[in-house]
Amino acid sequence: MKKMTLTLVGLLALTASQFATAADYVLDTKGAHAFINFKASHLGYSWLTGRFNTFDGKFSYDDKNVGATQITVNIDATSIDSNHAERDKHLRSDDFLSTDKFPTAKFVSTKVTDKGEGKIEVKGDFTLHGVTKNITIDATKIGEGKDPWGGYRAGFAGTTTIDVADYDFKASWAGKIQLELLIEGIKQ
Amino acid sequence: MLKNTDAQFGLVSTYVHWLSAIMVFSLFAVGFWMVDLNYYSEWYKTAPYYHKAFGLTLFFITLFRICWKLINVSPKELGNNKLEHKLAKVAHLALYGLLLLIMFSGYLISTADGRGIELFSIVTIPSMGELFPNQEDLAGEIHEIAAYTIIAMVVLHIGAALKHHFVDKDATLKRMTKFK
Repeated sequence: MKKMTLTLVGLLALTASQFATAADYVLDTKGAHAFINFKASHLGYSWLTGRFNTFDGKFSYDDKNVGATQITVNIDATSIDSNHAERDKHLRSDDFLSTDKFPTAKFVSTKVTDKGEGKIEVKGDFTLHGVTKNITIDATKIGEGKDPWGGYRAGFAGTTTIDVADYDFKASWAGKIQLELLIEGIKQ
Repeated sequence: MLKNTDAQFGLVSTYVHWLSAIMVFSLFAVGFWMVDLNYYSEWYKTAPYYHKAFGLTLFFITLFRICWKLINVSPKELGNNKLEHKLAKVAHLALYGLLLLIMFSGYLISTADGRGIELFSIVTIPSMGELFPNQEDLAGEIHEIAAYTIIAMVVLHIGAALKHHFVDKDATLKRMTKFK
């Protein structure tokens, strides 16, 4: 009995230590060192790219326990920017994002797997247009370390592909959209 | 007679009035139809292109029309109902105001990102840049609401003209329909 208690305490201590070492980071959106880009095929002939200009997010990360990583990103859907006012207006309209009704999009990680050699698989719930789907982001750690201004930063890049058909858009436009997350977090 | 008199609209006012009427109806119909066009429709790009070009054309016609109105006499109101005269004046002003509002808000949608608007292939009307935040969305709302409002005003305008013609049996409609 005593042994078991000790084991439990030990386990708890281990878990606690893991939590303790996983540092919390906030996405550097203030300094714009984080980007959410999207890429869609135009008629199958070329690529169209755009981005969300306004978002925030945070993540916890520990080099030694990548599986415990958690990440949350909140996106202001109205900030969609494809470098064409008429198109952005259309994208915000009820043909696509219906930003009147669904002003935010969100990603919350549910399971993070260390794939080795800096590769990380991030599964999570992505909410867009009021529809939540579990998606998988293939991410890579770019690097971490001290910055020249007294802070500590870690950066990642990730991509995923979503099918617009999954998100109940009214528009006649159909196809897949590649999302690219380029994020840098500042340790808190 | 090209110019207006106390009793009659001149040919210039008459033709410009009816040309504006046709253009307002056409622009409204095309606008109503084109916003729901399928992305793969062959009109998806051409309909907005012509909507904008004809909208700009109507803007220049309207500028000319207002100038012409200012340097011309207007035919005297018919009948003795002072309230009706006042309401008619307000309604006419509202029609002019809505026309300008619709055309300007339409211009602001397309030019919100610095792009100009092509007036057919003749010239590109330049953008004035982004004048206020969310310009394309806000201008779009105004454009739509004002367009429906002007159609309601036009219905009132037609109703009033018919009332003059059939109920009051005066020359109101006749003096806007003399084409030569």
